[in-house]
Parts: sequence; C-alpha cells; structure tokens
Amino acid sequence: MTTANTAPALELAPTPGQTIGPFYGYALPFDKDNELVNQARPGAVRLHGVVTDGNGTVIPDALLEIWQADEHGNVVAKDGSLVRDGYTFTGWGRTAVDNVGHYTFTTLNPGATEEGKAPFIMLTVFARGLLNRLFTRIYLPEDTAALANDPLLASLDEAGRKTLVATREADGSLRFDVSLQGENETVFLSYPRES
Amino acid sequence: MSTEATSTESFTDSHVLDPAATTLSQDAISAEITDIHAAYKQSVLDGARAETQPRIDFAPYRSSLLRHPTKNLHHADPETIELHSPAFGERDVHALESDLTIQHNGEPIGERIVVAGRVLDGDGRPVAGQLIEVWQANAAGRYIHKRDQHPAPIDPNFTGVGRAITGPNGEYSFTTIKPAPYPWKNHHNAWRPAHIHFSLFGTDFTQRMITQMYFPGDPLFSLDPIYQAITDADARDRLVATYDHSITSHEWATGYNWDIVLTGSNRTWMEDEEGEN
Repeated sequence: MTTANTAPALELAPTPGQTIGPFYGYALPFDKDNELVNQARPGAVRLHGVVTDGNGTVIPDALLEIWQADEHGNVVAKDGSLVRDGYTFTGWGRTAVDNVGHYTFTTLNPGATEEGKAPFIMLTVFARGLLNRLFTRIYLPEDTAALANDPLLASLDEAGRKTLVATREADGSLRFDVSLQGENETVFLSYPRES
Repeated sequence: MSTEATSTESFTDSHVLDPAATTLSQDAISAEITDIHAAYKQSVLDGARAETQPRIDFAPYRSSLLRHPTKNLHHADPETIELHSPAFGERDVHALESDLTIQHNGEPIGERIVVAGRVLDGDGRPVAGQLIEVWQANAAGRYIHKRDQHPAPIDPNFTGVGRAITGPNGEYSFTTIKPAPYPWKNHHNAWRPAHIHFSLFGTDFTQRMITQMYFPGDPLFSLDPIYQAITDADARDRLVATYDHSITSHEWATGYNWDIVLTGSNRTWMEDEEGEN
C-alpha cells in the first residue's frame, strides 16, 4: 500500500478507543436513524443482514453506521442526519441491530465516485465485547469489471473478497452479513494513519 | 433524544456471555491481566512498538472472546467516501443538549460536574464542527436502559445522554452529574470504574471512534478488564480526565479537563490544502 509507506508520523498519540458497551440505547439511536431516504422514494434500496459472533450466533447489541456517496457518486456534505427532513440525502446513517441480530438501512445504491471505480458503502461496527470499532466496505455486486479491477479486492484471497461484496436479492435489496469471527469472518480494514 | 426513563419490559440477561464465567474470581481475572501486561512490557523492551489502542482479543474481558476478528486488520488505502466525514450542524444538535442536568423537570441527584476539553487530530489540528455524543450512568451507577437491571435507583431527572458540536478550536463542554461505579457480570464481584462514554467524528470517516473517559484516582482501574485491555500504561492514562479547578465554578460544579486525540487525517496531507471544516 503506497500511502501506508509514506504517511507522515502523527505528532500526537491518539486516544485509545473502548467498547461501546451494551447500554448505548438511549444515547445513540434516534428517530429515522437508519432511513437515509424514505422507503417510498424511487430508487430506495433496503440494505440488510445479520451480525454474528465466532459461534455463528447473532449479536443482539451491536450498532452499525454507514457512510456513502449518493447514486451519482457524489460525496455529499449536508447536515440533517440526526434530524431528518425526509428529503435531504446526507449519506450517513446508524442503526442498532434488533433482538435477532438483524439490521436494515433504507438507502440508495451509491454511484461510482470515479469512472471505472467499484462503488461501495463504508460500514463501521460497534458492539459490546468489541474493544474498538471495526471498519469494512460493502461493495455492490453488479459492476463485475470494476470489482475485478478494485485494488482492495485484488489484494484479498477469494474467501476474503466474498465477504466484502453484497448479494442482490430478487426484490432489489442488498444483503450483507457481518461475521466478527469464524469461518466466514468479514475482512476488516485499517488505514495508514491510525496510530 | 428520548426521555422515556423507565420500562416495565423484562429481559433475559442477554449481555452475559456465559453465566459460568461469573463464578471466576477477581484474582483469576487480575492474574490474567498481569500476565498479558508483563508479556507486553517485555515485547516493548525487545523493541516492539508501543500499543496505542486496546487489544481487541483481550481474554480477561470475556465478552471479547467470540467477538474479535482472528485475522489481522487488512491495510487499505482510503478512497473517496472514507476521506470525508458526514456534516453536522445546528439542525442536528440544539445548544442545550450539552447540559445533561436540565433535560427534565428537576435537578438530578449527584455531584454536578463540567467536563471540558478539545478534540484534536493526530497532527495537532483542532477538529471543528463535528458531532460529539456522550452517555453515562447516573450518580447511583444506573443506566436508563431496558437491559440495565442493576438494583440502584433511577433518577427521574437524569437520562445521561448529551450531544454537542465542537467549536472552531475543537472545544467542547458538557455539564452533567458524576457517574458512579457499577457491577457487571464479567466475573464474580466485577465493578466498572466510573466512566462517561464518548462518541466522536473526525474530518475523515476513518477517524471515527467511541471511547470512555475515566476519573482520576479510581481504585477500580487495576481490576477492570475493559480499561486494562489497553496494555500500554501511557495509553491507558490518556483515558483519564484531569481535575481542573479553573473549570470548577463557585458554588456550582466541579470541573474536569479531557482532551481527545483522533487519528491522523489521510486526506489533507495528500492534496492541496483546502478549506478545513
């Protein structure tokens, strides 16, 4: 990775992360937190899946956030994520998984940010028992040429690659399961200047 | 922000991973922590880099056993969406949300405190205009949460939730009540040190973090597997606020200072300097 080798050292040591714990319930969820767009909007897409642990058991107290470009590949910079007006696409959403470890976002298929790039949604995972947040990417399955050329996917083996590409369901939904550990362990990412 | 303070729902204790684990003694857990820390110290003496973040595979914190990835994190060159952050503004957060003591009809019980500081990035630059969220237990060690069944009183005047947007110099300030320690079920007689949870955003989404602020001099530090999952003593110290008499106000509240450093931005150093938000 080129930037990893050339990233300048940090001047200050970062504050360590800690687990979100189980009791974030009245703090972090908010009204329409998982509705980046209204589900009646043309082009609205359901992104959903389950979060599982090393035994394959669903986790009932994880919290997920997504951050993505709009359907034209533009990175938006609009506020109103916490108090949604129902019209503005802010690109960011949050949801707590339900009692059976399942999550749903209502969003848009992100567009490619550059010609030939594989579009993806950035996903951040928090959970009790998880001592620091995890980052990953949710790639759209359609543009197979772009997926084949993607540098991150190309740096993974076949099993790892599979964990980052969502499945398109018959109704147009995107299915993306998160596995914190075990056979189908999701590939999680680190970035050059983390510490 | 919800003010539904109570719930009559009852829940099975789903945050207990393995009920049998609660029979383990503090001594057994402490011995595990001591061994891991000793091995870490030796590795640093042997030339390993200091660890600035918690271990995600820290067995003394039993809930981490099945919830940590077993593979190394995969190095990624951040691109497009990862190099930006969501925008937050006055539409998202009302100025009064940073005072956790005025959200109900009366004064909460407990020691009123002000926690103030700055959010900086790893290059020392202030992180301005970003969302900072806090949540905590009340002065009796009880969360307003349906799954918290600790038999300590709920305070009808305290939900323990606050939000703010950082100022132009990355500054923030919350007025709240000092939280108390509380028991949990990691092992027999396990108690968490008093803490406030903080959720933070940087200018890149890769700087996103959630952490916990602790209070100086807490006797529970050495016993707590979550705090001790940070194996490096200097890194652990960064989670402890400083009592600050200049923040303390006459006949009103005691004051604590806590500065938070996010990781480095991957964006601005690669491109021409653009307007920082």
